[in-house]
Amino acid sequence: MSRVAPTPPRDTAVVDTAPAAQPPSGRIRRPQQGQPRARGPRESVLSRVSAMTVMAVFTLYFLVPIWWLFVAGTKSSTQFTSTNPLWFADFNLIENVTNLVTYRDGVYLRWMLNSVAYAGGGALIATILAAMCGYALAKYRFPGRETLFNVVLGGVLVPATALALPLFLIFSQINLTNTFWSVFLPSLVSPFGVYLARIYAAASVPDELIEAARLDGAGEVRTFFTVSVRLMTPALVTVFLFQFVAIWNNFFLPLVMLRDETFFPVTLGLYAWNSQVNQIPELRGYVLIGALLSIIPLIITFLLLQRFWRNGLGAGSVK
Amino acid sequence: MSASVDLAPTPRADAPPRPAKKRKGARTRVQHPLAIIIFVVPFGILFTLFYLVPIGYAIYQSLLVIEREGTFGEAREVFGGLTQYVLVFQNGPFWESIARVLTFGAVQVPIMLGLALIFALLLDSPLLRGKRFFRLAFFVPYAVPGVIAAIMWGFLYSPSLSPFSAVTSNINFLSADLVLWAIANVVTWVFVGYNMLIIYSSLLAIPAELYEAARLDGAGQLRIAWSIKIPLILPAITLTAIFSIIGTLQLLAEPQVFRSFSSAVTSTFTPNLTVYSTSSIPNFNLAAAFSVVLALATFILSFAFLKFTQRKDEK
Repeated sequence: MSRVAPTPPRDTAVVDTAPAAQPPSGRIRRPQQGQPRARGPRESVLSRVSAMTVMAVFTLYFLVPIWWLFVAGTKSSTQFTSTNPLWFADFNLIENVTNLVTYRDGVYLRWMLNSVAYAGGGALIATILAAMCGYALAKYRFPGRETLFNVVLGGVLVPATALALPLFLIFSQINLTNTFWSVFLPSLVSPFGVYLARIYAAASVPDELIEAARLDGAGEVRTFFTVSVRLMTPALVTVFLFQFVAIWNNFFLPLVMLRDETFFPVTLGLYAWNSQVNQIPELRGYVLIGALLSIIPLIITFLLLQRFWRNGLGAGSVK
Repeated sequence: MSASVDLAPTPRADAPPRPAKKRKGARTRVQHPLAIIIFVVPFGILFTLFYLVPIGYAIYQSLLVIEREGTFGEAREVFGGLTQYVLVFQNGPFWESIARVLTFGAVQVPIMLGLALIFALLLDSPLLRGKRFFRLAFFVPYAVPGVIAAIMWGFLYSPSLSPFSAVTSNINFLSADLVLWAIANVVTWVFVGYNMLIIYSSLLAIPAELYEAARLDGAGQLRIAWSIKIPLILPAITLTAIFSIIGTLQLLAEPQVFRSFSSAVTSTFTPNLTVYSTSSIPNFNLAAAFSVVLALATFILSFAFLKFTQRKDEK
């Protein structure tokens, strides 16, 4: 890992985009600056029209596949092949969903719950751990601090997929493969989260505030959980979301770890069904409606937490 | 720039590089040691268990070879030095898969980041109406996991089931020639919006005053974007590029899904697929060696890219 040490370049990158790490100012400045600019010298009609055209065309590119999936999810299997793929036929959505969730004793629901447990639980714990560690790196001085930080930074560059196989080998030594924990435990570590939490704690938790809490007699840990965490919230929501998406989308780890389908996350389950479509054609309909349902929780999470991640992503850009 | 001060609050001046142990003794006591332990240790333990130990174990495994006494004798793992690495370097399909993902990255990453940059600049310009809608619409695919996106596009590419069968019945996107680019399209579709948002949020951090002067001098939006905005957001672009490079070398989910749509995707199509299929033989030692080489290659490539762009910045 000694190669990791010369990574401070990242710090320079941080410095350059540093204003982004302070979303409050960016957020406030924005509306004010939008107005006068709109009133500035007029943009030509041509450039307006071409800009809108480009965006409209790509809106189709991004949304039509999802639209198609939605329409396909509302059709019976015969109408799926016989009617216009981009428009509705008889509306069978409810029936399709019922069939899906009752198929083979509701194995699909089981997968969804697994995914929620892996991603929701994992991301929550990972965020708390990363927040504590990043906060300590930002606010306390102790020997080995820089080394620790550099090692963690190296961890950001190690792709999770590179770890899946060795984790499998280790877990099989202790008979832990093919269990819930084999996928859950490795998801609790987010080096990127530590990195983000450190930057954000340094930028948004004033030392004076911690000092004031000390004078009031609050312990360090209590100060962190009552005062500092609140100031770090936008960054922590971002860490949570990144980790949530990373776990939800993780494919290699469950693929190598799990044999028993009762532990599958929904992505692995749908993958398994999809690879059997040629033998069992009825699965095709289940794959489609299952894919549609599986993206809904993520979209809802993103929409609900929008105002957090939009600011937090600014800090994300410094990664 | 003020953040740089916050970021490095350690008085580096007082700490010339010396062995840590000596320093510990000479140092005045660490304040709040208990709190530091409570904060750092939980992450530290898990990081060690699930990052450092696996890396070490992969390296260890890659140095072993299986030895048998006779043809049917019991298999034993013995130290084999760099034997597995020799096999890795002699393994044609592995290097072909590396070449394949490098080709993929050389085309797909610039297109994806180019699109993301254009969209971010348009969102940041006064040319558009309905920015909120576009921002969200372009970001939605990021909420679709790679596996699901690949399944979806697999249907969209299929000659018979696709809504665009007029196109797909004439061009076979799942053929050996095109399937790599069909996968590139899936990856682009998922990640453009995400990269766009990262670039866009660093555009938001540029103070408006910087444009005002250029505006008064009569510079158009294009000129402002080229001469002011892009140079200022280069760090963000660099970082999206690094993460894209890492992602490209690690391609797995999409090609693995495409194997059920197209026979052109072999079990050694990408480096990670090679790792996976080698470990299912099972030949764990060779698979571990593949993993180590791949992780090293990823690390070196992204690090080299970072260095390269920084040198350019300094000029």
